[in-house]
Amino acid sequence: MGELAAFIILAIVTLLPAVVVVTSRNLVRAAMSLIPSFLGVTGLFVLLQAEFVAGIQILIYAGAIAVLILFVIMLTQGGTGTALRQVNEQQLVGGLVAGALTIALLGLLLRTPWPLVGGTLPRSNVAAVGGAFLTNFILAFEISSLVLLVSLVGALVIARREQ
Amino acid sequence: MQVGLNHYLAVSALLFGLGLYGILTRRNAVAILMGIELMLNAANINLVAFNRYVAPGALAGHVFALIIITLAACEAAVGLALVLAVYRNLETIHVDEINVMKW
Repeated sequence: MGELAAFIILAIVTLLPAVVVVTSRNLVRAAMSLIPSFLGVTGLFVLLQAEFVAGIQILIYAGAIAVLILFVIMLTQGGTGTALRQVNEQQLVGGLVAGALTIALLGLLLRTPWPLVGGTLPRSNVAAVGGAFLTNFILAFEISSLVLLVSLVGALVIARREQ
Repeated sequence: MQVGLNHYLAVSALLFGLGLYGILTRRNAVAILMGIELMLNAANINLVAFNRYVAPGALAGHVFALIIITLAACEAAVGLALVLAVYRNLETIHVDEINVMKW
């Protein structure tokens, strides 16, 4: 019962700010609304016993990405004023397409008989995730570190002011 | 009533739809990136929920969610750098006005 109440509250905390993110005319307000949405997702991860993912979610999404987006909004003043039109001409079609896809996804996901398995996750999640990263998923781990390095250098090169 | 897999799948489908709506209707490149972040979050909820309810012993869902978070950070950094470069050259970040390949 308490789990259900927590789930409903976290779902509302996730979805309501997300509505503001995609509809608000004020882009700073939209970017600030990303933070409660990310925190709601973090709560859902905690409910799903994924503590390590939840911690990383707070650090990277709520901490780094939200601040990065706010910075770029501040740096590109010419495109972000509230007087400017923020939606394109396809608002109606886009809404219809997004709504249709959401309904299709809901029908598909909720009707499929998933092979549910009872059981609990390992007690110490963090150690198990770390072990999995350095044994079974070592290739994915190394490749993602390489991608991080490349994107770091690439972002610097792209954003640098040309002489 | 217990919270089951379907509850999480419903929330993630709704979040995905909201992100898609943002991507399809926004003019501002930064706002489109925000929609992409919402969609990646929806995918992460799905991965972790399937890990919890379908394969509780495997942890592969957690690993993939962490890799997706890493790639989302990369994508945000490179995407926002591109937005800055475009703004410096064209004085706009509205994607319907960025219509030259070279000048």
